[in-house]
Amino acid sequence: MRKKEPFFWFTLACGTFIVAYILLPLIELITSPSISDLWESAKDKDVVGSIWLSVYTAGSAAIISFLFGTPLAYFLARHEFRGKRFLEAVIDLPIVIPHPVVGIAILGIAGKNHWIGQIISEMGIRVLGSVTGIIAVLTFVGIPFYIHSAKNGFEAVAPRLEKVSRSLGASMSSTFMRITFPLAWRSMLIGIIMCSARAISEFGAVVVVAYHPMTAPVLIYERFEGYGLKYSQPVAVWLVLVCLALFFVLRILTLRKAKDA
Amino acid sequence: MIRIENLNIRLLDFRLKNIHLEVQENEFFMLMGPTGAGKTVLLETIAGLIPANTGRIFIQGRDVTRLPSEKREVGLVYQDHALFPHLKVLENITYGLRFHGIAKEEGEKRLRRLTELLNIDHLLHRLPLNLSGGEKQRVALARALIVRPRVLLLDEPLSALDPNFREEIRNALKTLHEKTNTTFLMVTHDFGEALALADRGAVIDHGAIEQVGAIHDIFQRPVSCSVADFVGMKNLFEATFQNGAAEVSGIKIQLNQAPEAHHRYIAIRPEDITVAGNSLSSMPENTFPGLVTSLTSHGFTYEVHVKAGTVTFKALVTKKRLVNREIREGLEVLVSFDPASVHSF
Repeated sequence: MRKKEPFFWFTLACGTFIVAYILLPLIELITSPSISDLWESAKDKDVVGSIWLSVYTAGSAAIISFLFGTPLAYFLARHEFRGKRFLEAVIDLPIVIPHPVVGIAILGIAGKNHWIGQIISEMGIRVLGSVTGIIAVLTFVGIPFYIHSAKNGFEAVAPRLEKVSRSLGASMSSTFMRITFPLAWRSMLIGIIMCSARAISEFGAVVVVAYHPMTAPVLIYERFEGYGLKYSQPVAVWLVLVCLALFFVLRILTLRKAKDA
Repeated sequence: MIRIENLNIRLLDFRLKNIHLEVQENEFFMLMGPTGAGKTVLLETIAGLIPANTGRIFIQGRDVTRLPSEKREVGLVYQDHALFPHLKVLENITYGLRFHGIAKEEGEKRLRRLTELLNIDHLLHRLPLNLSGGEKQRVALARALIVRPRVLLLDEPLSALDPNFREEIRNALKTLHEKTNTTFLMVTHDFGEALALADRGAVIDHGAIEQVGAIHDIFQRPVSCSVADFVGMKNLFEATFQNGAAEVSGIKIQLNQAPEAHHRYIAIRPEDITVAGNSLSSMPENTFPGLVTSLTSHGFTYEVHVKAGTVTFKALVTKKRLVNREIREGLEVLVSFDPASVHSF
């Protein structure tokens, strides 16, 4: 065998460091609480409630992103127009805005001093300290991930397939349902999962808008603050397991997609 | 059948200018032009996939200018086949039936007829991914024709195929056109395809139509330099005319037909020029001595460049003739051509 160059060893050293850096804390986290601690916390109403709330609000944010984001993602994938780059940059903004700022910004327009806030409150909708508020900020931080993935999926469907379908008598909506969707659904689903995964881990924006009701990340923070590391760990493990499940489905989907392509 | 009036289209980086075109019922019409001339844009406009800025399009007397694609009853076949990759061949072919309210029995009858005609009945349960280029194109043709469109639009259907499949699909197109009573409007950048398939055609360049007419006429009598170039008239010279003869850089060339006053050019097809050894018993009209400057192989034929004075004639010579006459670079030869082969415009 040929002698490895120094660069190879350098890459290997850096790579080992990174992988260890990612895995060691997570392994430590998952293995440190005893089974009985985990079991105990699984019976804790606050823990179950907060994890359920996290899943529920993140899922709702993903569904909203799907409903509102799909037409936009399709439009962006199919049209070239002046200002398209700008529009894409706007959609990406939530990724770079610091998370507590997102919460403050949302409260800014949903508060009583803003006309939108006044309309919302007249409709009987409360944002501050409510599930609605949590879903609102989670949608804000999660939607770019859905739009990106869905747009990539639509771009991979050749426009000519849709053109042929139209020429064969299918309307635009039939064409979407019969041709575009079956070819792009995997990317859309990946987008939904990425959006949920991003939303479920959100802390900064949520804690500004709603300390209560408590999502899992807020509960973890509260237990850590109030009782210390040991008490926050079991909740953290449960949250990580939920995220890993999402991640697992995501990996299967992306690998299948790569294989099909 | 298809009538296009005063059509103008502006896209981001392209324009179609003042297109007037008429295609007859059941005709095989060829839209020709170099790559980037605007052929596909015109085709997709007829199909209703690109909106027209001004102008009108009629199909069988019906104004379809504002109709969406699905209401125009036009079939579409692309160079890259555009088969639906997630559907089996059978599902691809029958895709359009449901949108036309065609009864199941009628649909099956049409399916059987087309798959027999195109010899694809053994492929019905396969996915497009596993088909050869020729098979894919036959499936695309069946899919377009099963709904009996008023016109079938074909966008370079032969270009992406291997040469052996190309002949197969060319024959299939001919058979289908004869047997289905459908108007065919095909786009190509290859004049040879037009000669082999179509009755009439148009040459389009830089978004404007240069010439419309019988294919043979376009082939023999181009009206502009770009059409002459497109149809392979490689001998294209600026000329002055006097007493029914043309003068090109001091060489006098006889014409059969008197040129019109506005004519500025003459053109001669390379296959109409013969190259002979330096000893002809008689010297017919339009025979000029010259020097062979280059030989380029085109496979079975050679393109021979002969310089007579300052004019370079390009002639196509078969390999056999080349060998028999011992034609090689630097040889003194005679080039000659019939006055009837000289076209002025």
